[in-house]
Amino acid sequence: MKVGTFDTRSGAIARALATPKGVIAGGWLFLVVFVAIFAPYLTPYDYDIQNLPNAFAPPSAAHWLGTDEFGRDLLTRIMYGARTSLSVSSVAIGISVFCGMCLGAAAGFFGGWFDRAVTVAVDLTWSFPEILVALILVAIMGPGVTGTMIAIGVAYLAQFTRLTRAQIMAIKSETFVEASRSLGAGHGYILFRHLLPNALTPVIVAAMLATGDAIILEATLGFFGLGAQPPTPSWGALMSSGTAQLFKAPWIIILPGVAVAVTVFAINLFGDALVRALDVRAGLREA
Amino acid sequence: MLGYIFRRLLLLVPVFLAVSVVIFSIIHLIPGDPIDNLLKIGSGPEQREIITARYGLDKPLVVQYWIWLSGVLQGDLGTAIVARRPVADLIAQALPHSLTLGLCALAFSTTFGIVLGVIAALNRDKFADQAIMGGVLLGSTMPGFWLGLLLILVFSVWLGMFPVSGARTWSALVLPVVTVGLGGTALVARVTRVAMIEAAQRDFVMLLHAKGMRPLRINLRHVLRHALIPVVTILSLRIGWILGGAVTVEVVFARPGLGTLLIKSLNQHDYPVVQACLLILAMAVMLGTLIGDVIQAAMDPRIRAALG
Repeated sequence: MKVGTFDTRSGAIARALATPKGVIAGGWLFLVVFVAIFAPYLTPYDYDIQNLPNAFAPPSAAHWLGTDEFGRDLLTRIMYGARTSLSVSSVAIGISVFCGMCLGAAAGFFGGWFDRAVTVAVDLTWSFPEILVALILVAIMGPGVTGTMIAIGVAYLAQFTRLTRAQIMAIKSETFVEASRSLGAGHGYILFRHLLPNALTPVIVAAMLATGDAIILEATLGFFGLGAQPPTPSWGALMSSGTAQLFKAPWIIILPGVAVAVTVFAINLFGDALVRALDVRAGLREA
Repeated sequence: MLGYIFRRLLLLVPVFLAVSVVIFSIIHLIPGDPIDNLLKIGSGPEQREIITARYGLDKPLVVQYWIWLSGVLQGDLGTAIVARRPVADLIAQALPHSLTLGLCALAFSTTFGIVLGVIAALNRDKFADQAIMGGVLLGSTMPGFWLGLLLILVFSVWLGMFPVSGARTWSALVLPVVTVGLGGTALVARVTRVAMIEAAQRDFVMLLHAKGMRPLRINLRHVLRHALIPVVTILSLRIGWILGGAVTVEVVFARPGLGTLLIKSLNQHDYPVVQACLLILAMAVMLGTLIGDVIQAAMDPRIRAALG
């Protein structure tokens, strides 16, 4: 059972990559991750050394994307910004997926008062837009990378709790679970061997799409000056500092935004390809 | 139907109480003291105590909550600590700006989303479909504040067609509405497309084709009507999402709405204003969901029958 699911899942990535959309999107994502990891080896410049005489240089051979208000190479800062933005959003979604799966699985599996409490809490969070939840949590924890990760993680918690709970509830009543139970399997065995592995596929797809949303949310928090603090570059912080120079040097704000938009676009395209390859129930995207 | 609306409204009461508790306790977790903004330089601890007592901030939290809640129920949202004006006044000034923006953006998303979704569904898997769906997806992957700034740069600064910021004229509304509306357009278009394609496979559609009705008439008169039901569901579920987008976009366009007020008060630790803004936004989301459900029941006789 376990080996079987694993095979279809890894096969799905291959099948997703076999479509033209999947190849382009996957290629871009690979490039962004590669650049984020190997940024120091790919650029001759430092992200934080200021060079004031060279401020606001337009794109040229030496500085492909120009320089910012402190004369720092913009391409370098976007490359290092990918590090911050990708790590913050993936850790954040990691938090929501892990906590959401624990809460959702426990609620869906055991039912009773715990299930009702979780459902009420999820519905309450649902009535606040994610950006508001994140804004307020960052205000509580203080600006910075850690605060942003936790804030975004909590903002998307409800989504994964709800999704896992619904999955567990649906699978719980399948005949193979009943069969396993009548063979004497305990709660833990059923939960970890049968329910969670089968609930995992839609969660993985949703996590991928949510990572895209988290990148936008991270950029928005960074834009309000609440994300990574200077001189650490993140895509949001870059755009935030570019706002003041909107009329003087528009490339400072335009290019990091392009990086965000194209990356999130690629994540969505790849997610779509993955949904088709996995044949996850329609309607997941609408959830 | 009226009974259903009444029951739903009644259900909002406990939710409202729960939301108010959550908002109140969370606000008081924010570090930083609003009194800091009020004290003159060189004032001693006595002045701090006096001012703290004037705003009731020296009482236990439970008592503060009770005072706040009983005030809210009587329409008194308290006094802004930093702005030194009744919160209700600030909200009354900001709310119309946010409501116009939110409603226009909703209308924008719905109109364009449905039109694009129908065109995409009728040209399923052809070039028009892929171009539309790719285009709206790209529109929804751009951060709202960034898109707003870009539109300002192109249409206000370079082309001079619209004002850069503010809310004095109607033309100042165009760019914010487009910015907020684009994200929703993608959502509506996607749901409309899928719902149209699914509805077109029903038996009654085959019957209409068999009796010789023109395809365009079938699609617009019959298939679209079926497809609109999930669209309304999604819109009512994601109304808060659209409002959330409006918060950041308001700041970019310097519109004096709820979002701008909220961010400003959050930075100043002006608790009463933050509480009121959050409460109003949460209520707007809940009312939006309720209105969506009612419209859905009004559109779909099956739901109406189930409600009794």
